[in-house]
Amino acid sequence: MANFYTDNPDLKHHLTHPLMEKIVALKERDYTDAEKFDYAPLNYDDAQDSYDKVLEIVGEICGDIIAPNAEDVDHQGPRVENGRVIYADATKENLEACRKAGLMGMAMPRRYGGLNFPITPYIMAADIVSRADTGFENLWGLQDCAETIYEFADEEQKQKFIPRVCQGETMSMDLTEPDAGSDLQSVMLKATEQPDGTWRLNGVKRFITNGDSDIHLVLARSEAGTKDGRGLSMFIYDKRDGGVNVRRIENKMGIKGSPTCELVYKNAKAVLCGSRRMGLIKYVMALMNGARLGIAAQSVGVSELAYREALAYAKDRKQFGKAIIEFPAVYEMLSVMKAKLDASRSLLYACARYVDLYKVYDDIAKERSLTPDERKESKKYNRYADALTPLAKGMGSEYCNQNSYDCIQIHGGSGFMKDYACERLYRDARITSIYEGTTQLQVVAAIRHVTTGTYLNLINEYNAEEVKPELQALKDRLVAMTERYAKAVETVTSVDDACYGDFMARRLVEMAGVIIMSYLLLQDANRNDAFKRSAEVYVNLAQTEVTKHSDFIANFKPSEVELYKVD
Amino acid sequence: MSLNIIVLAKQVPDTRNVGKDAMKEDGTINRAALPAIFNPEDLNALEQALRLKDANPSSTITLLTMGLPRASEIIREAIYRGADAGIVLTDRVLGGADTLATSYSLAQAVKKFGKFDIILGGRQAIDGDTAQVGPQIAEKLGIPQVTYAEEIIELKDGYVTVKRRLENGVETVKAPLPCVVTVNGSAPACRPRNAMRVQKFKYAASPSEAAKLSDERKALLEKRPYLNLQEWNAAFVEADPEQIGLPGSPTKVKAIENVVFTAKESRQLDDSDAQIEELVKELIANHTIG
Repeated sequence: MANFYTDNPDLKHHLTHPLMEKIVALKERDYTDAEKFDYAPLNYDDAQDSYDKVLEIVGEICGDIIAPNAEDVDHQGPRVENGRVIYADATKENLEACRKAGLMGMAMPRRYGGLNFPITPYIMAADIVSRADTGFENLWGLQDCAETIYEFADEEQKQKFIPRVCQGETMSMDLTEPDAGSDLQSVMLKATEQPDGTWRLNGVKRFITNGDSDIHLVLARSEAGTKDGRGLSMFIYDKRDGGVNVRRIENKMGIKGSPTCELVYKNAKAVLCGSRRMGLIKYVMALMNGARLGIAAQSVGVSELAYREALAYAKDRKQFGKAIIEFPAVYEMLSVMKAKLDASRSLLYACARYVDLYKVYDDIAKERSLTPDERKESKKYNRYADALTPLAKGMGSEYCNQNSYDCIQIHGGSGFMKDYACERLYRDARITSIYEGTTQLQVVAAIRHVTTGTYLNLINEYNAEEVKPELQALKDRLVAMTERYAKAVETVTSVDDACYGDFMARRLVEMAGVIIMSYLLLQDANRNDAFKRSAEVYVNLAQTEVTKHSDFIANFKPSEVELYKVD
Repeated sequence: MSLNIIVLAKQVPDTRNVGKDAMKEDGTINRAALPAIFNPEDLNALEQALRLKDANPSSTITLLTMGLPRASEIIREAIYRGADAGIVLTDRVLGGADTLATSYSLAQAVKKFGKFDIILGGRQAIDGDTAQVGPQIAEKLGIPQVTYAEEIIELKDGYVTVKRRLENGVETVKAPLPCVVTVNGSAPACRPRNAMRVQKFKYAASPSEAAKLSDERKALLEKRPYLNLQEWNAAFVEADPEQIGLPGSPTKVKAIENVVFTAKESRQLDDSDAQIEELVKELIANHTIG
């Protein structure tokens, strides 16, 4: 009887952000779809009402089916039989519920059978599903591979595959190989063109989430003799054609319900998606950005559950004659957990809105040419989305790890036992800061937005917004923090030493991250008093982080990097 | 095969999470304090109907409910899950009905409905717990009934095969169509609402709901005929005034008592380890546990 959407008013706060009105009007082309589709919204309020009602379905399935199943899924897990993956029984039940509820092609256009949801409410569904079962979020969330087909495949391929995803067929993205993990340029899987224009794939992929899916996106080497990313193309493999078998599935620490597969391709028939040689350079980059936002959502869902589990236990557990929540050491931990949760969620949805805006302009540009103003806006939001995605993924996943750690800490000895959900959560959280690019690689993606000033521009834009008088003092502190950040950036960039720059990158990115999240929480508090406490707690935390990093940078000589080198 | 399926359902106060204010001083249900929900076993019945439709996609499922005009809420709920249409049988003169008058009224509505292949309904409603209405409708229509159904195993050649959940096991029976099948709560739970259908049908309204809507919404109902839910009254189903509502209800409630269960040998423990340990030892000693 639980509903993971309606029991969390913070979600609706983000769903009804003022920028949504613009996003939805663009996405719905001023609500002209209502003439063609009987389930399209008539106006903005109607669209919001639909998002609300659909998220209520998501919340109900999560509360009543997926969350109660999570423990069984964790224990049973999937298995391989004759080269095929068999999901845990409860995983099958979860998938069936999502299919029946029509939640499998949420962001796809209506003409392919989707719900045409903007990314923001779709990502909200991911946030909710992850709280119910982190591993299941992968299986469900891989539907966003359809976005890549929608953006880059030809019309015939779109008509063939997207409706199947909307009907509930699952997807996977087959990128990683034994010798190509973070470095995807080394992908070796061989693609050979046939006289009929189709291709044959041969080789091995490893660590493929949901690797026995119905429809695969595969990165393979189409240009024989090449060694780098420019020889790679993207292919679509249809399981109905056969040729790919699952050799084994990994025995993982967490997200056990999500099968991680080693795949063997033997003359597997596939079709080229988009243009040759653009596989890694363009399509995987797009795919990864979508996937990173998905992991950011997954991380927020984990943080949410960690906070709820810790809070419930701290209220219930009595020691020294009172509930442990009454002890400063415990309530501080809880407040900081909540502040990190709220901060990473605000960042997630800010990022989702920017992704929505630039993608919708990209989509409109396929129908008509954009006006100069629209082009300018599109470019700006694209840059903001690119800048916030690695922050949301990198910092959100670190926060969810910290929160799941603190969740166990609040449970004390009981948390170390297998009796409470926090133990599973702790294991599930661990992968979020590793897959789809480690936190360290998120820093690599983010640092250019430090050096080119994207973050500072965004901060200045946020700073230009007025706040209520009672929040002014908080805002003044953010101005001072921004000055320290700008100073630190100057200190690091003024030295012409790549090693030193790389060494300091994490600190600069984290400073930008905590300041941006502080501003976002300030905006939330300005719109909704419920966020005031988290804004204040978070700014305290952020200020400490900024001070710590800026002190370190100010007191550090570039030559000291040598001290850290390990033979 | 194209089946014409009727699902009987009732909107009931949610008695599963009863708070202190759930009952008025006079012992009657305080409906204002309890949310109105889709009777749980009727949802099990709806799922069986939807499975029949899954197997025979050209079938139609019509939800039939008797109650206040607001009962159209459960019709929308059913449509969101895959039902095709719904009828609310509502009329002041139908109020105060016992199971005899209710089953008569619903049987009249079924006769008005016309040809059907099967009627499915929940075993019983959580507000009355009688389990009488389904069987009485079958009697009044002069057709067979199968109660305590857990699964419709097969429907073909004019017969339905049903697995029944009994106290000490299961029984599989075969009945000729048309018939009434009442479904047990142990049957599979109803599927969730469907996102696309919710968006398509969320503005569906009955005539009495439509009367209170804005002109804009009224215009939408006109433009999209499928959004109009049906409302029938006693006269429309040609019900005999003597057999409906209070006049048609021989059951008279003499008194309602609020029973507080008291255990004769109860003992209060505090939450100290010592007391709990003592109790556990005692239970092991007298072989209650272990």
